[in-house]
Amino acid sequence: MVQVKYSPSKFIVSKLKSICPRKGTEYFALIGFIIILSIILMAIFAPFIAPYNPIKKVGGILEEPNGRFILGTDGLGRDIFSRIIFGARTAISVTFLAVIISLSFGVLLGLLSGYIGGKFDSIFSLVMDAIYSFPGLILAIVLAAMLGPGILNTAIAIAVIYTPTYFRMVRGLVLSLKESLFVEAARAIGAKDRTIVFKYIFPNVISSVPIVLSLNAADAVLTLAALSFLGLGLPAPTPDWGFDLKAGHAYLASKIWWPSTFPGLMIVILTLGFSLLGEGINEILTPELRR
Amino acid sequence: MEALLRIKNLKVYYYLREGVVKAVDGVNFSMRKGETVGLVGESGSGKSTLGLSILKLVPSPGKIVDGQILFDSKDITKLDNKKMRMVRGKRVSMVFQDPMTSLNPLMRIEDHLTETIKAHQKVTQEEAKEKAALLLGEVGIPPERAKDYPHQFSGGMRQRVGIALAIALNPDLLIADEFTSSLDVIVQFQILNLMKKLKASYNMGMIFISHDISLVSEIADKIALMYAGQIVEFAPADAFFEEHLHPYSEALLNSVPNVQLSDQKLSYIPGMPPDLVNPPRGCRFYPRCPYAKDLCREKEPPLIEVKPDYMVKCFRYDEKRS
Amino acid sequence: MRLNQIIWLNASDMMKREVELKVVNLKKYFPVQKSFLERLFSKKIEYVQAVNEISFQVKKGEVFSLVGESGCGKTTTGRLIVRLIDPTGGKIFFKGKDVTSLKGESLREFRRYAQIIFQNPYASLNPKMRIGEAMGDPLEIHGIATGEKKKKIVFEMLEKVGLEPAKKFYGVYPFELSGGQRQRIAIGRAMILNPELVVADEPISMIDVSLRAKILELMLTLKDEKNLTYIFITHDLAVAKYISDWIGIMYLGEIVEIGRKEQIFSTPLHPYTKALLSAIPVPNPKRKREDIQLKGEVPSSINPPSGCKFHPRCNFATEKCRSSKPSLQLLEKDHQVACHLF
Repeated sequence: MVQVKYSPSKFIVSKLKSICPRKGTEYFALIGFIIILSIILMAIFAPFIAPYNPIKKVGGILEEPNGRFILGTDGLGRDIFSRIIFGARTAISVTFLAVIISLSFGVLLGLLSGYIGGKFDSIFSLVMDAIYSFPGLILAIVLAAMLGPGILNTAIAIAVIYTPTYFRMVRGLVLSLKESLFVEAARAIGAKDRTIVFKYIFPNVISSVPIVLSLNAADAVLTLAALSFLGLGLPAPTPDWGFDLKAGHAYLASKIWWPSTFPGLMIVILTLGFSLLGEGINEILTPELRR
Repeated sequence: MEALLRIKNLKVYYYLREGVVKAVDGVNFSMRKGETVGLVGESGSGKSTLGLSILKLVPSPGKIVDGQILFDSKDITKLDNKKMRMVRGKRVSMVFQDPMTSLNPLMRIEDHLTETIKAHQKVTQEEAKEKAALLLGEVGIPPERAKDYPHQFSGGMRQRVGIALAIALNPDLLIADEFTSSLDVIVQFQILNLMKKLKASYNMGMIFISHDISLVSEIADKIALMYAGQIVEFAPADAFFEEHLHPYSEALLNSVPNVQLSDQKLSYIPGMPPDLVNPPRGCRFYPRCPYAKDLCREKEPPLIEVKPDYMVKCFRYDEKRS
Repeated sequence: MRLNQIIWLNASDMMKREVELKVVNLKKYFPVQKSFLERLFSKKIEYVQAVNEISFQVKKGEVFSLVGESGCGKTTTGRLIVRLIDPTGGKIFFKGKDVTSLKGESLREFRRYAQIIFQNPYASLNPKMRIGEAMGDPLEIHGIATGEKKKKIVFEMLEKVGLEPAKKFYGVYPFELSGGQRQRIAIGRAMILNPELVVADEPISMIDVSLRAKILELMLTLKDEKNLTYIFITHDLAVAKYISDWIGIMYLGEIVEIGRKEQIFSTPLHPYTKALLSAIPVPNPKRKREDIQLKGEVPSSINPPSGCKFHPRCNFATEKCRSSKPSLQLLEKDHQVACHLF
């Protein structure tokens, strides 16, 4: 009898298979997760993985990918591979920070606004709707320009545009949950408002958040790239995929493709990772769609 | 008399991710033209699935896996969709618990009827309208309401419209699935009286599906009691209520409050119905039966004809063994 | 419970049964939601007259059933009694104390003594809360017990409602349980504070027929043990006959007849009561019954009929019925009816 080797990935896939409704979708979450995890690891261990210092000139200008520089060098002679690896740090930190800020404010305000209602709700809904109806990227540009460069400032600029998304979703859920029977039952046993909001309503709202979270993260990566592309957000010479994409853009006409392609590819991969994870989580958390 | 409907060893299974739910597992049943059968069972007994399968309306992932449904001696399990559409509405029709969902909110009631009539019969619009007016009159809807929309009707009125649509083409068999469950007691009483009247004037066969055995006793000629996907007792109504031979029948009748009894001792049936994905190999009622024997656990009891027209699925009535 | 209340209760136990709940001219009108255009064209606000000045009282340890069809106001009355909604008018007295306009802390205090069991066991439990947690929540909310002590009380209650072994059920989520089991959790949660008054809103209508008696038996056992007073809301007269001491028949927001169970069933007075009784299905095809055919259906409670609300459907209606509203009168001991025929 051949002993079948038990591998962790097979285990995870089979677990996912049992909870994912449609055939094949169990791979979405897994692949997305692997991609993001890889990039996070890349960011954490950057100093150990990157062969060169990303902000120093280490080679010739615009060298083609070769033995010494596997992805070539950019216009200032810096190793693109190392810049890609270190670029993961800015991508991950700004994205995660932005998502955490927008989630915290959006969810909390949505909870309170939906439950308290009245003037409180009217004011916040108005503010959130105003932000929401503004073209996201333009608002981010304005804020980034106002706040100035830096990881935190960029994260805040991006966070502002996504806060209304969480707010509206959570507020909508709270409004309907407020009328549900188990909330009425909670009131009947004497629960205080605080208890109802955090013990009864919040746990039923939170399950809708992960999907929005990952899709927002995907969007945030692109927004950050756009900001960096426009020269806002992070100061040079910080390795940043969006910035490098722009910087390399100018050389494309001369058929020098490597300075912009690789950063662009990383942006796509990270966005894809978040999207797949979001879709996968959505499938897992909506068993009602199972047939 | 030739049977209107004869079901032989019908099996309808639902193919779910969790497993295969054997909702209807070997049902044998027959009824004559003009007869009203009360199909009674609790949730999960398979009664709705049985009703739907007669019209081949079992929703996916359900499938008719085995057995025959002989309607007028023709096996309708073999019919394709096109031929089945000729059967539905014209020879067999169905009414449901909430006709609101089966009525088009943008169509007047009158139009619902004329559309149905014209789809199956070659008549002019005028003739169809006349027929529609007649039908509405028969179900007790005043003629001036014919031009109203579904949302303007109350629950009881909508049920009446549902009946009108169902009898429009003079079907041989009407299946009513929990038809009065959403109605109040008094309206329910009115609708039931209406159905009794129509049953007589149209000589229609009826299968009245309900979880409420008291309700069914008001209208049924015969009672078919289902448990865990099988029919456990099938008898004329009078005999059923007097004798209730199957242990489940007895237990069920003891758990129903009877307003004519004073000081009734109400009981309940301990335990729960079996898992339909892995039904037990013996009698399905075994774990909850006060008369259970070892034999019941080992083998599935056959459907025994205790007297003419009276069938019970229980070893207690199997003379060969006792 | 506080010391003075304990003293008060002991004194009342020594006397004959005290009035536990008294409702006087209780009224609840809901404003009808109007569309923007409707509001533009007419300033008049219309009301759904859900509960229209009803009065009754219930003694300690009794089961009072409110019976009626949908829209009669019985569910609203139940919610008014436990103050989940505020009355538009009238008064509610619990053990002699006016609880009509309680708010805040005193309302929370009241909730310890008056609880409610809802109709739908699939919706009345927080889907994200384990049932042990859900059952113990009232104890935490009212500061009665926390931690291990709370867990012990919950375990006892789980066993009492028949969910054993308690350890197994403590950590389970509602979706893992059947309807009957969930309803027993709901009952346990309502009882865990040792209330004195329990409103049961159609507690068995969504449970399978063969399991209903189990729930009823549990409720009756608890009633005897804890000397509870029940307000039992139902549309099913057969169930009402089984469980009640007193029955109040409601129609379109009003009580048309009140009496002891025996009186309602053997000598019903109001035409509506008689029609209801004649319409109940009985598992016996041979029975003889009075066949009362009522005209029409229950009218809307936004523009209810004038005078006696039942008159358009009543086979005995007179001119007086159309013009003046009858009030509840005592016809024989314990038996009241609101009808001009008497």
